[in-house]
Amino acid sequence: MDQEQTVTGKSIFRIDGPPKVRGEAKYAAEYNIPDLLHAYVVTASIAKGRILSIDLAAARRFTGVVEILCHKNRPWFWPVSFLYKDTAGPPGKPFMPLYDDRVYFSGQPVALVIAESLEAARDAAALVDVMYETEQHTTDLAASTAFKPRKHRIGVAPVPHPTGDADRAFAVAPVKIESTYTTSPENHHPMELFATTVQWGDKVVTVYDKTQSPKSVELFLKVAFRLIRRKVRVVSSYVGGAFGLGLRPQQSVFLAVMAAKALKRSVRLVLPRDHMFALGYRANATQTVSLAADKKGRLQAIRHRAVAATSQFEDAQDPMLLFSASIYRCDNIKLTYELAKLDTVSPCDMRAPGAATGMFALESAMDELAYALDIDPLALRLANYTERDQSENRPFSSKALRECYAQGSGRFGWGKRSHAPRSMREDKELIGWGMATGAWEAAMSPAPARAEVRLRGDGKFEVTSSITDIGTGTYTILSQIAADALETTMDRIVVRLGDSALPFNPIQGGSWTAATSGAAVQSACRKLKSTIRSRAKQAGVLERRQGAELLSASALVDLLKLQRGGKLSATATKFSLPFGKNFSSATHAAVFAEVRVDEELSVVRVTRIVCAVAAGRILNPNTARSQIIGATVMGIGKALHEDAAYDHNLGRCMAHSFGDYHIPSNADVYDIDVVFVDEADAQVSPLGVKGLGEIGVVAVAPAIANAIFHATGQRMRDLPITIDRLARARSGAS
Amino acid sequence: MKRFTYVRAVSIDQAIESLSVHPDAKLLAGGTNLVDLMKYDVSTPTTIIDINDLPLREISETADGGLRIGALVTNSEVAVHPSVARHYPLLASAIFAGASAQLRNAATVAGNLMQRTRCSYFYDVLTPCNKRAPGSGCPARTGLNRNHAILGASQLCVATHPSDMCVALAAIGATIIVQGPKGVRSIPLADFHRLPGDAPEKDTTLLVDEVILGIVLPPVLEHHRYSYLKIRDRLSYAFAIVSAAVLLTINDEAAISTAQIALGGVAHKPWRNTAAEALLIGRPASRVNFDQFASMLLSGSVALSENDFKIDLAHRTVVRALEQAASRTPQSQSDKRVH
Repeated sequence: MDQEQTVTGKSIFRIDGPPKVRGEAKYAAEYNIPDLLHAYVVTASIAKGRILSIDLAAARRFTGVVEILCHKNRPWFWPVSFLYKDTAGPPGKPFMPLYDDRVYFSGQPVALVIAESLEAARDAAALVDVMYETEQHTTDLAASTAFKPRKHRIGVAPVPHPTGDADRAFAVAPVKIESTYTTSPENHHPMELFATTVQWGDKVVTVYDKTQSPKSVELFLKVAFRLIRRKVRVVSSYVGGAFGLGLRPQQSVFLAVMAAKALKRSVRLVLPRDHMFALGYRANATQTVSLAADKKGRLQAIRHRAVAATSQFEDAQDPMLLFSASIYRCDNIKLTYELAKLDTVSPCDMRAPGAATGMFALESAMDELAYALDIDPLALRLANYTERDQSENRPFSSKALRECYAQGSGRFGWGKRSHAPRSMREDKELIGWGMATGAWEAAMSPAPARAEVRLRGDGKFEVTSSITDIGTGTYTILSQIAADALETTMDRIVVRLGDSALPFNPIQGGSWTAATSGAAVQSACRKLKSTIRSRAKQAGVLERRQGAELLSASALVDLLKLQRGGKLSATATKFSLPFGKNFSSATHAAVFAEVRVDEELSVVRVTRIVCAVAAGRILNPNTARSQIIGATVMGIGKALHEDAAYDHNLGRCMAHSFGDYHIPSNADVYDIDVVFVDEADAQVSPLGVKGLGEIGVVAVAPAIANAIFHATGQRMRDLPITIDRLARARSGAS
Repeated sequence: MKRFTYVRAVSIDQAIESLSVHPDAKLLAGGTNLVDLMKYDVSTPTTIIDINDLPLREISETADGGLRIGALVTNSEVAVHPSVARHYPLLASAIFAGASAQLRNAATVAGNLMQRTRCSYFYDVLTPCNKRAPGSGCPARTGLNRNHAILGASQLCVATHPSDMCVALAAIGATIIVQGPKGVRSIPLADFHRLPGDAPEKDTTLLVDEVILGIVLPPVLEHHRYSYLKIRDRLSYAFAIVSAAVLLTINDEAAISTAQIALGGVAHKPWRNTAAEALLIGRPASRVNFDQFASMLLSGSVALSENDFKIDLAHRTVVRALEQAASRTPQSQSDKRVH
């Protein structure tokens, strides 16, 4: 590691905080452009069928309406799906808004009203009268037939092959459990609404968009709308959360650009909260886990079968079973991953996609096994600890999960737990302590990440990269990395991000941004540093003393003036080859949760959570801790609240607002204690970084469900664990 | 949102006159519910009559020792008013159990009385709903109904009244003072909200040309005990699955001398059963008696496909609230632990 580092690893407040507080940080819907038109989407009320007719007459007469687009009059776009395909898409035919008269899901855009004001567009949209021919739909996972996807989604590791003979081992083992778990569809709901502002020009089309990948959106728009003779620039300087919903070009950018192209005008489209329920969701799933152990608790067999929801037009897939093959030592493993088609929009990645759902089932099952064996749940994990990744038969680059267990349980006071369910109580509340293991892939992006650093005329260094900051602290950590690599202070670093005109970066997802884009920034800065050093030597301006900055700002400005072309800059590219590695890498977490349950009334309070995380080097404990706290709250929501509930008769999600779709309120969040366990790892990435975006959410829901079992003796296998489910479990038991 | 005409009423008479001229007009006070309903096209009045300038912001004591609260007093102002805090803590507690601080600061007493159900079908204009569009059907009956009515529902509508404040007012026995073209009249709270029956579009017995002037609380019950207990899907900022407002007095012989109990979240209006309450009088404040009362209070309850749990939960909630009240440990609205 760099001996001379000074700010990397320190708790720096986020540098984008002040501009956000002052309102200077602009989001996609906040760019004011002269003569801007406003668009509003008309959505389908049926789940499946055909549009028979669209009556636009009343809406067209509405004052301020400029145009209304539907499948009959929309501008041409390229419908060839292989070209149209975006980088994060699963196999299938991507959904194309206003393509034809087919309705694939309730809430699907069927028309777009463009008007002089948002109010006119919205109010005219209510006057659009659509007649449908309905067809039999299904939105109920339990009523849909499961199948194995024929094509694998690129970028998602295929389900590991079976090892040993899990069926036989399960049959003969002395202790075993088998249970079925269900999870509800969940929506991402970042605070910032999905929005796009298109500035239409003859030469340049500038698209201010909420996305996790300006480069993918640029490529997508160029292909889909054949904007070949125009330069397309996608700007996403600030993103108010995304959680995976912005990995693919969204309906909003597609429709806004379609409207701009049709009218040759600048257009803004902001999707209201209720429309965001039809953009994508975390696939609901039904999972059956069978675990068998010998009498000492050593795992003899793991079987895990998952059936996850997908749409009729794409086979959405995520790594739901990935860690069932690698997190515990076991010779006999059989995993089955299937999909079931529903008349919904396609599911998409949502924070720790797959893993958060799969690990809920596996870690609940481990708790059930611990009670079948009558041993401590943490002891069962330790009895099956593995130092190697058995699914790939190779070592981990680092794995400090054991330290997560030790430090997490220590801070929580796990040792004082009484093992029996219903054995801890205070006044009218039963107290339960539960734990679970979390894991997520730690990888650099397989696609290259580039960065450029340039010495500016004012003596500051400008770092540029097309990567976005979705609220995680990317601006801040890249400034820290650049300052250290250039041996200067952060106030002399200017970072510009989230713009497709800047050096190429892949999607901001998979927890790989810090490792990959960070490494590119570090490398570019180091290159520039050595260039400056040698040029300064040549010019005779090098006045380097121990502990001093590389060069004073004024000396650098002088040096810059001496350069031919007046330019001093460097670029670097970093990525990870997806093959040829002789090690596996993962982040790990151990989550310990305390719940208090008023059994009579089925009221649950999650009064304490300790989350111990091993994620390699922590660049900024401040922003890192915020990520884990946010993910923990999301995990509480997954455990207790979040449910995009469908009326299966109507085939329609009936959650339309935060009034219907509950996330934890402040009152639901008590103490969250985050511990970062030391984990040095020189192999995983040049900075030793593993990434933190996903790991925080994985183990929270199972830890809470296990705590509820410990408190009440009721095994809650269906998420979210709502009052009605708890009440039924209690009355079923009594 | 449909376009509408905005009128700012300068007097109560003018507001009443405007209502008579524009029968589909709506009165705007705090707007915390009405504006949402208009944004979603659930409510489409052609005229909005802003009554915020009307002199209805007073809280004053009545001659008989009760309290009169003006229609435009905000929920927050009611809850923190010294007379309310001291003499009607049940009302203050129920208000604090509802919404958020921001909403309570804007929402008014009259608006709270007039707020509409939060049934998600009612709010979604792309689905049928007999309350929003009479005759279109009720998908909740066979669809998502885990938080719908268990008492007093009809074939046409299974929605619940969402208010917390009104549940406390029902227990207290408040009266609504309204004024129409023919003058002022009083409506007991129990008669103000109605059951859906065959006209679920009508939430209240208020006539279209009447304006709410305020509410009157009866004289203070000396030495009363109370609790407002609300059970919901998260610990704050959610409508009740079931709530119970309890007012008790217990005499020197440890027998219940008065009992006024209302349930929220279970019906189209706050639910009270005075016959069941009478059963408690003269009896000790014991679990057995509370159980008997709860059974009678909930007699006639009918479960839909998903809300069978509510019948039992309502029973448990009212028993717990009675115990809290009897032991003088009312439910705190800031500490979410249920005692």
